[in-house]
Amino acid sequence: MQALTNRGQEVSRKPMSFMERLYIPAILKGMAITFSHIFKKKPTIRYPEEKRPFSPVFRGLHVLNRDEEGRERCTACGLCAVACPAEAITMEAAERLPNEENLYREEKYAAKYEINMLRCIFCGLCEEACPKDAIYLSETFAPANYTRKGFIYGKEELLIPNPKTEPEAHAKAKGL
Amino acid sequence: MTLLAFDWALLIEKLVLIAVIVFGSLGIALYTTFAERKVAAVLQDRPGPNRAGPFGLFQPFADGLKLIMKEEIIPNTSNKVLFILGPGLAMTAALMTCAVIPWSSHVELFDRKIELQIADINIGILYVFGVVSMGVYGIMIGGWASNNKFSLMAALRGASQAISYELAMGLSLIAVLMLSGSLSLKSIVGEQMADGSLWNIAYQPLGFFIFFICALAECNRTPFDLPEAENELNFGYHQEYSSMKLGFYLFAEYVNMIMSSAVMACLYFGGYDIPFLDESTLAPNIAALLGVGALLTKIVIFIFIFMWIRWTIPRFRYDQLMNLGWKTMIPLALANMLITGAVILWKAGA
Repeated sequence: MQALTNRGQEVSRKPMSFMERLYIPAILKGMAITFSHIFKKKPTIRYPEEKRPFSPVFRGLHVLNRDEEGRERCTACGLCAVACPAEAITMEAAERLPNEENLYREEKYAAKYEINMLRCIFCGLCEEACPKDAIYLSETFAPANYTRKGFIYGKEELLIPNPKTEPEAHAKAKGL
Repeated sequence: MTLLAFDWALLIEKLVLIAVIVFGSLGIALYTTFAERKVAAVLQDRPGPNRAGPFGLFQPFADGLKLIMKEEIIPNTSNKVLFILGPGLAMTAALMTCAVIPWSSHVELFDRKIELQIADINIGILYVFGVVSMGVYGIMIGGWASNNKFSLMAALRGASQAISYELAMGLSLIAVLMLSGSLSLKSIVGEQMADGSLWNIAYQPLGFFIFFICALAECNRTPFDLPEAENELNFGYHQEYSSMKLGFYLFAEYVNMIMSSAVMACLYFGGYDIPFLDESTLAPNIAALLGVGALLTKIVIFIFIFMWIRWTIPRFRYDQLMNLGWKTMIPLALANMLITGAVILWKAGA
């Protein structure tokens, strides 16, 4: 019969020798192995203090972007919601009023923008669908919460801080 | 007025000693649980508990608080009296052993010579054996009172294991007793401390080996933790226990470990003897304190070995356990006894 791989090994059915039957040498060998592990480097990453660096293409929590002047880029076109395979995104559009040009980039904006983080599969299709570069996925992930409601992120959670009024928070959110 | 003629200072002295030793053992047991987790972690390349306090040093208190705050559940179908008696008995039996262990020589305080031993009874080691055999009742009663087949099975296993290994333990001990000619732990230690005499381990390496394995079995430590085998018996005899009653069972195991380490240190490693040092040249108080330190060091080393073994060796199968106990340990212990006796006779004749 042809072997599937060349790694197969015949099982030894030999009766154990006296030294093997004593078990003590084997036990001592095992104890030497465990003892040597005392001096090994611990691979643990102590989480809240230390974090594993993610790759730049990591798809984490969503961020709603602003332009250089601090205006929201989203125009509530709904393409991201259409692209979303998990149907996690809902939004309500509103019309920009004459005195709101410094708040919203386009004439139409998202009055409500919600992503259900329990539904989201972090595929990044919303990011690809967006014609305005308004949504992108950051390198952080959603923290734990006590209720399911807490996982429905609204604009307060998603919107990036204003680069004009809060430059430090904005830089931090950008990961700079 | 015989009552007034009683040496009241002795009573106070003994009460203080009992309090110190009991609470001391409990404190050490507390930190042994922490050490167990740390040793396990270090042997498995993990950092272990490190959140509560610096280096996780407050972890045992957090664990204890958690156990106390947990809901007390007494199963409806259990035998209530026995159910509560079980953990209490396990704990009592574990702590009672410390009465005869000589923690050190004597200190001189207020013109009194205070022996650092609660009771120097002339059948000390026999007493230890009696109390240790009582400890198995904690397991048996707990398993029986839980009224559940896994717990009962564990209780049966625990009882048969304790009986099997006590035999070999006693037989290996007889060889030591033949050497020392006394059952008192104090005189056994004294003999090893005397000038020109070696520790008993030098005369009884095989005896110590058998004693050590049996001590592992008596403490229900891995590889002999069959009574609580998680994956086959679902935690065995303390499956139905919760809150501090469970805590008592777990704690009793650690107290048992400390006591058996102390007994082993006394029987085979010179008790509170410091190697290569003549204690009689020191002031008695300093010698006594150093002696306590020496005994504690030996205990800590033994506890580390207990843990080291636990995190290395998997559990025995039940038939392997019985085979080892009856077909290997007992004949070996008998042979050891016979050889020791023959050598003693030959030396006496020469």
